[in-house]
Amino acid sequence: MLIILSALFATALLCPLLFRVLKRNAFYVVATVPAAGFIWLLTKLPAVLASDQSLASGAPNAPPSIRIDWIPGLNIGLNFRMDTLSATILLLILGVGALVLFYCARYFKNDDPQIGGFAAKMVAFAGAMTGLVTADDVIIMFIFWEITSVLSYLLIGFSQALITARRSAMNALIITTFGGLVMLAGILMLGTKAGSYQLSEIIAASGELVALGTYTDVAVALIIVGALSKSALVPFHFWLPGAMAAPTPVSAYLHAAAMVKAGVYLIARLAPGFAETGLWVPMTVGIGLLTMLIGGFRALKQYDLKLILAFGTVSQLGFIIAVFGLGTPDAAFAALALTLAHGLFKATLFLSVGIIDHNTGTRDIRKLTGLRHAMPILTTAAGIAAASMAGLPLLLGFVAKEAVYESALHLDTGWGPYALIGMVLGAALTMAYSLRFFFGAFGVKKYKVDPLVCKPPTLIFLTPLLVLSTLTLVFGLFPYPVELLSKHWSALQGGAPDMHLAAFAGFNAALGLSAISVGLGLFFYWIRRRTDTGAPLRRMVTSAEELYRMSVNVLDMAAIWITGRTQRGSLSFYLGVILSVVLVLPLGIALAVETPWPTNWVIADHPAQLIIGAIIIAGCVIAIAAPKRFMAVLMVSVTGYGMVAIFALQGAPDLALTQLLVETIVLVSFVLALRALPKRLWVGLTRIKWGRAILAIALSIMVVYIAIAMMAARGQAPISLEWPELAYYEGFGKNVVNVALVDMRVWDTFGEITVLAAAATGVASLIFAGRGFGRRVRAHQVAPGSIDSGSEAMGSQAEKEVELRIARRFAASSNQDWLMAGNTLVAERRSIIFEVVTRLMFHSVLIMSVYTLLAGHNTPGGGFAGGLIAGLALTIRYLAGGRIELSESMRIAPGMLIGGGIALAGLSGIMPLFAGDEIFTTYAWEFWLPVFGEHKFVTSTIFDIGVYLVVLGLVQDVLRSLGSEIDLLSEGRSPIEQHDPIQASQTGVGR
Amino acid sequence: MSVNITFLVITGVLLATGFYLVLERTLTRVLLGIMLLGNGVNLLILTAGGRKGAAPLFKPDLPADQYSDPLPQALILTAIVITFAVTAFLLAMIYRSWTLTSADVLADDTEDIKVSQSTAYDEEEDSPVAEDTTEFVDEEGRPIREGEE
Repeated sequence: MLIILSALFATALLCPLLFRVLKRNAFYVVATVPAAGFIWLLTKLPAVLASDQSLASGAPNAPPSIRIDWIPGLNIGLNFRMDTLSATILLLILGVGALVLFYCARYFKNDDPQIGGFAAKMVAFAGAMTGLVTADDVIIMFIFWEITSVLSYLLIGFSQALITARRSAMNALIITTFGGLVMLAGILMLGTKAGSYQLSEIIAASGELVALGTYTDVAVALIIVGALSKSALVPFHFWLPGAMAAPTPVSAYLHAAAMVKAGVYLIARLAPGFAETGLWVPMTVGIGLLTMLIGGFRALKQYDLKLILAFGTVSQLGFIIAVFGLGTPDAAFAALALTLAHGLFKATLFLSVGIIDHNTGTRDIRKLTGLRHAMPILTTAAGIAAASMAGLPLLLGFVAKEAVYESALHLDTGWGPYALIGMVLGAALTMAYSLRFFFGAFGVKKYKVDPLVCKPPTLIFLTPLLVLSTLTLVFGLFPYPVELLSKHWSALQGGAPDMHLAAFAGFNAALGLSAISVGLGLFFYWIRRRTDTGAPLRRMVTSAEELYRMSVNVLDMAAIWITGRTQRGSLSFYLGVILSVVLVLPLGIALAVETPWPTNWVIADHPAQLIIGAIIIAGCVIAIAAPKRFMAVLMVSVTGYGMVAIFALQGAPDLALTQLLVETIVLVSFVLALRALPKRLWVGLTRIKWGRAILAIALSIMVVYIAIAMMAARGQAPISLEWPELAYYEGFGKNVVNVALVDMRVWDTFGEITVLAAAATGVASLIFAGRGFGRRVRAHQVAPGSIDSGSEAMGSQAEKEVELRIARRFAASSNQDWLMAGNTLVAERRSIIFEVVTRLMFHSVLIMSVYTLLAGHNTPGGGFAGGLIAGLALTIRYLAGGRIELSESMRIAPGMLIGGGIALAGLSGIMPLFAGDEIFTTYAWEFWLPVFGEHKFVTSTIFDIGVYLVVLGLVQDVLRSLGSEIDLLSEGRSPIEQHDPIQASQTGVGR
Repeated sequence: MSVNITFLVITGVLLATGFYLVLERTLTRVLLGIMLLGNGVNLLILTAGGRKGAAPLFKPDLPADQYSDPLPQALILTAIVITFAVTAFLLAMIYRSWTLTSADVLADDTEDIKVSQSTAYDEEEDSPVAEDTTEFVDEEGRPIREGEE
């Protein structure tokens, strides 16, 4: 079994290649795979038929099976089992599959580029069906079930350019996967109670399961929903006619002979155990017969040959499921024969429609006439199949239907006669639409139509049909092989060994019923012929498809309504909603439960805190009300510097240092980034919005309230009590905070520096916006005095002239090179004092940064502070000497620094692994250096160097983007509206 | 552990002004709000973290509970640097938004508004289509008869 399965899927993979070489003739090669599987199956049949199907897999004389553990923890295994039911359906799948593939070789155009993929899907589909009907594990079966749904979707949507194809494919997918999911729920319910996911074991345990009552009723009903959706029974039936958008070979195979049989298979599989459950009969027999009648009736209304067959298929599937649903051994016997008969005649009929469409260019029975004379062989083959469908004697369809009537006659339930009436009526409709199909396709029309001139199909194109219709005829006359299969299957339900299928069983009640249905069918057809005007008929009731569309539309409208109410596109609105929830939920909980309240209040730990507090609060309030942008920025900075003071007083020197540095760099960044924005953008912002104010105040009160309760609730000693000792003896450093960052909580820090890298990348991307960073510009490549970093309003014209004159005089006297690129700036941009101070300080600041980095393990400092100090040194160089100075002072690109820093930090974590230690283990070496004396080197310093590089890279990136690049963009073409009227010639450019 | 009222008041004011600014539509003010919120939360962590004491620099003879708590300090240090990175990023965003739209506001998302105003009608799902009775049509939709080839 596994070999066929793998061979089919492997062939699917090879298909695209094969078709590129052999074109459409590759179908002949591909068809041999299922054909070989078919032959293999025939050789296996004796063993299957000799086995006892009631035995558990693995027992002597049990049906052939395979067990491979897959997920033992979940009790799921690749378990397969071949009993008679599986084998029978598999014969159809492989046999019809081989013939349809054979047929495809003449159906498609030779140069169709899509046929490779098409064939792959068809073969994979055969594989999926093989898996579905042989799987013994229900989960595996479900997986194959879903694979068939997906492949069906892909095959229906084969003509991707057609909206009908896409829409039908989507409908089919939604409905069959909906059914599949419902079925999965049922499967899991049964499997959980049965304690096994083996189909054979679940069936064997059906006695105990049925005794559970409602639970099992519901579980089985859910599974039946899956089967009904797959086999296109009412109310899911409409996807199947829609699926006729697929190429006709797909319709013949998936939507007549194979996939839709999956639902039939499932019902047949469950009937021996679960036909007693409460909802079984109404859902299988009831809905099945209803479907048979609706399908048959709708088939009579169609003009498209394919749609006649499609509704006919819906009708026949309802019939087959109804018969399996009867649940008696006789019914199982008859239904299996009926399944085979249907597979044979329906595939033939679809294939003949394919030939008609292929050779005449239409499937409309109002346009076809006289094909009987043009295509005699096709007419014969299709005629046999149609007669079998209609249930005319000497054919397999007749034999099977007789057996069905026989079994229905022997029902000893109250609803038996009604079921029988339904079947006879259904069969009459079947007779009627069979006639409509046959005469519609091949007849000579009375009313005037353009006679179609067409060539008869070639023999090789006809071969698959001839094989199928021959089988219909042969099995109709000699039904013994079919009887063998049916009898063996029904034996599982206690079927008597003397059941027979016969071409003629004598004059009995069943034959009488057949006669009635044939007669009634002729009558129906006669009425339809008389009323046929050639125009589509008006719908009498709302169709299931319309209901489906309406419900989808209601869903769409609900989705749009909800989206429109919640996704309004305003970030402020979203934030307001989020913050309101943040306010209400925790506050509600905090108020609802008893919260502890502290007793030991102090006004302040230190009098200075009161002063600092007053300054911060003033900063906050002024920041909100500030009439100018930079005033607001400055006030926020005031609060930041206030934090520095708090940290310093609170025994947190590291924090004070870091915040001080960050605050300074942030202030510079603000000025650099926002210098382009005009004043008017700030107008009117300081008016108080009370709604927001109330929300904000409530939020802050809530946070503080919860913080107070939290502090009062604290009962345990903090874990950080052990940190000082740990830091010194395990981390080899005295600065506990630094050791925490580079050793105890090193993963956090590692994560953080990657965030810094992401932010730096973001800054650069936003400012450079895809322009590329360009080559580093050297000072000697730029004309002195040529760099003018933008221009802003400087007061009146007269004032400007004066300022310029003064500035130029200074520039002339400062040809001394204090900085490498100082003289590239225009005169009025230069400051001699700043240049000199920068010259004096830069290197000492850099040395200080390295010291802070290295000493940080024992004294306040570390990679963050060190990196920020180095960044400040760069900032000074940039501010004093402009963008060329920045690129002169740092020859390494920020990306290199950041990447190198992360690499170094990562490396310091990985290295201990090579020594057999844990990741990020810290080592210490003591050594002696001349002049420096006794020293200890701790390996976590390497990590800290990485942090240093990343932070430095971030600052450099900020300067390069918000500084240099904005300079460059604003040079000459400033985005500021109020342009500086001084011309380039006056500013000394090119001097 | 004593509860420092001054710190709580400062925290409250930082958070209230921060939330207020974050709710605005001007990007620059949103950024200022985020910075105030950052300061407020850092102070909250410091306050809730507990005892004030000696700087957490190890001295062999100092009992463990005499240091100020190093754990919240490590958290805050991380937060400070991250806030810097976020600030730089938002500054770049403000500049970008200014160069693109000449404004400094959070504009409403037009796509969202388009969705909220759309109808349930979907071209792909709901448009009427003509029935076709053959698969053998050329690119213009004219039937082709393969049998005649």
